[in-house]
Amino acid sequence: MLDDFFVRALVAGVGVALVASPLGCFIVWRRLAYFGDTLSHAALFGVALALLLESNITITVFGVSVFIAVALMFLQKRATLSADSLLGLLAHSALALGLVALAFMTWVRVDLMGFLFGDVLSASVNDITVIYVGGAFVISVMVFIWRPLFAATVNRELAEAEGVNPDRDDVVFMLLMAGVIAMAMKIVGVLLITALLIIPAAAARRFATGPEQMAVLAALIGSASVFAGLFGSLEWDTPSGPSIVVAALLFFIISISPLAALVTRNRPGPIVDGG
Amino acid sequence: MLENSGSLTRLRNAGINRGGRWLIRGVDMDVERGQIVTLIGPNGSGKSTTAKMALGLVAPDEGNVNLRDRLCVGYVPQKVSVDWTLPLTVSRFMALTGRIPRRQIDEALAVTGVSHLRNAEVRTLSGGEFQRAMLARAIARKPDLLVLDEPVQGVDFNGEILIYELIKSIRDDLRCGVLLISHDLHVVMAATDQVVCLNGHVCCSGPPVDVASSDAYRELFGTRATPTLAVYEHTHDHAHLPDGRVRHADGTITDHCHPDDSHHHAPEISEKTGAADVG
Repeated sequence: MLDDFFVRALVAGVGVALVASPLGCFIVWRRLAYFGDTLSHAALFGVALALLLESNITITVFGVSVFIAVALMFLQKRATLSADSLLGLLAHSALALGLVALAFMTWVRVDLMGFLFGDVLSASVNDITVIYVGGAFVISVMVFIWRPLFAATVNRELAEAEGVNPDRDDVVFMLLMAGVIAMAMKIVGVLLITALLIIPAAAARRFATGPEQMAVLAALIGSASVFAGLFGSLEWDTPSGPSIVVAALLFFIISISPLAALVTRNRPGPIVDGG
Repeated sequence: MLENSGSLTRLRNAGINRGGRWLIRGVDMDVERGQIVTLIGPNGSGKSTTAKMALGLVAPDEGNVNLRDRLCVGYVPQKVSVDWTLPLTVSRFMALTGRIPRRQIDEALAVTGVSHLRNAEVRTLSGGEFQRAMLARAIARKPDLLVLDEPVQGVDFNGEILIYELIKSIRDDLRCGVLLISHDLHVVMAATDQVVCLNGHVCCSGPPVDVASSDAYRELFGTRATPTLAVYEHTHDHAHLPDGRVRHADGTITDHCHPDDSHHHAPEISEKTGAADVG
C-alpha cells in the first residue's frame, strides 16, 4: 500500500495534521502565531546548516528552532524592542540568512521550492516512520502536560499558586513546537507550517465547548484538509502544500459562515447572555 | 520546620522591590489553620503583592516567606479574563488545575448559587456570576489555604453578605486558613480573626469590632448584615504622598516609613495632614 507515492503522501500528511492540532490550539489560545512563524522561518536556516554540515535535516532544523526559541525568550527579557518587532526581525533575518547561505553553497543542488512550500508527494517510508514515531512521542508528552499547560493559559498565577510549574511546561511546549516544525516542514514547507498549525484549530473553535474537544476537532479538520488538499492537487495539478492550506482555509470559512451558526445554535447546553 | 506550628504561610519582614521602589515592605503576617486574615488598604498599597508573596508567586527581596509544603491551595485572583478563543465551560473551569469528583463540583456550584451555569461558557458570564464561579472552583478543591483577592467585586450587597457567610462556613467545615483581600477600608467580614491594614508596609493590625456596637454602621447596613459585617476602626498618624515620601503627623516629611520610625504614633496632630490621603 505504501508503494504508491500518493498513499504515502496521505499517510504522512494526516500524521502531521494529527500532531499539529493540539499544539495549534495552544498557539491560538496563547496568541503565539507569530512565534510559530518565526520558528518555522528559522527552519530554512536549519536546512542550510544541515546541508553545510551534511547532518540530518530534521534534527538540525529541530536544533535551530530550539536555539531561536531560546534566543527569543532571552531577548524578550532584555531587549528594548517590542515582542512583535523582535519576532519579525528574527523570522525574516533567519529566512534571509537561510536563502543567502543556500545560494553560497554552489556545490549542493537543492530544491528550494520544496523547502519553502513543502513536497509531501516525495514523502518516503522513512519520513512516515519519523512522523509517526516522533508524533506519538509529541502527543504523549502533550497529554501529560495538557491540564497544567491549559491552566496556565487561562491564568498563569492561579495555576502557579495551585501547584503548576508554568515555566517548565512552557519550555516543554516550545521543544514540542520545534519538533513539530521539523516534522511538518516536508509536508507544507517552512512558509506554510504556521497555517497548518493554526487554521484547523481556528476552524474548530466555533464548534468546540471545551479545550479537549477543540483539539480533537482540529485534528479531524486538519486530516480532512490533507485529504481534500491532496486530492485537489491531484485533480487540478496544483502544488500539494499550498493546496492543503487552501483546503484548511475553506473549512475555516465554512466554520464562520451562517451555515455553521445553525449547528452551534442546536448544540446542547444553555446559551447564557453576557451582561 | 513549620509542621508543628499552625501557620500555613508565614511572612517575616517580607518586602518586594521593583525598579528601586518598595511596593511593600516589612510585612509580618501569619495565616493559621482555621483562621481568617483580612488585608485592607487603599489602591496600590501592596495588598495583592502581599498575597502573591504569601502564595510563593513572587519571592521576597528582603525578609522571608515560609509556605508549608504540599499545601492544597485555592486561589481567586483579583482579575482573570478568559479570552474568547478559549472554549471553556464552567464545569471544565472547575477542574482547571486538577481532577475533582463530580459530586464535589456540584456541591461547590450549589453553595455559591451558580449550579444553573454549569454548562455555560465562562466568557458569557457576568462579572458577579464569574466571581461566584471562581469561588466555587477554589472551594471545590477542598483547600488547606484559601486566598481570595477581592472576592466580592461585581457582586451586589446581598450577594456580598452571602459570600461572606459562605467563606465563614467553608472555614468552619474545612478548617482551612483564609487570606481575604477586601476592597473596603473599614468594613470587613465579622468572622475575621485578624485585620492587617497595608499601605506600603503594615500600618496596623488587630481584630475588628462588631458592627452592632457601632450605631452609625448599624444604621448604614441594617440589622440583616450586622452579624456578618464588622468594623475595623483605625486612624493613621501619617500619610503617603504620591512621590512615595511620607508625611507624618507632626508635618515632617521623610523618605521611608518603618515600624521603628520614631515619627510613628507621634502624639501631636498637625493641620497639614488634613489634605493628605488615608495612609
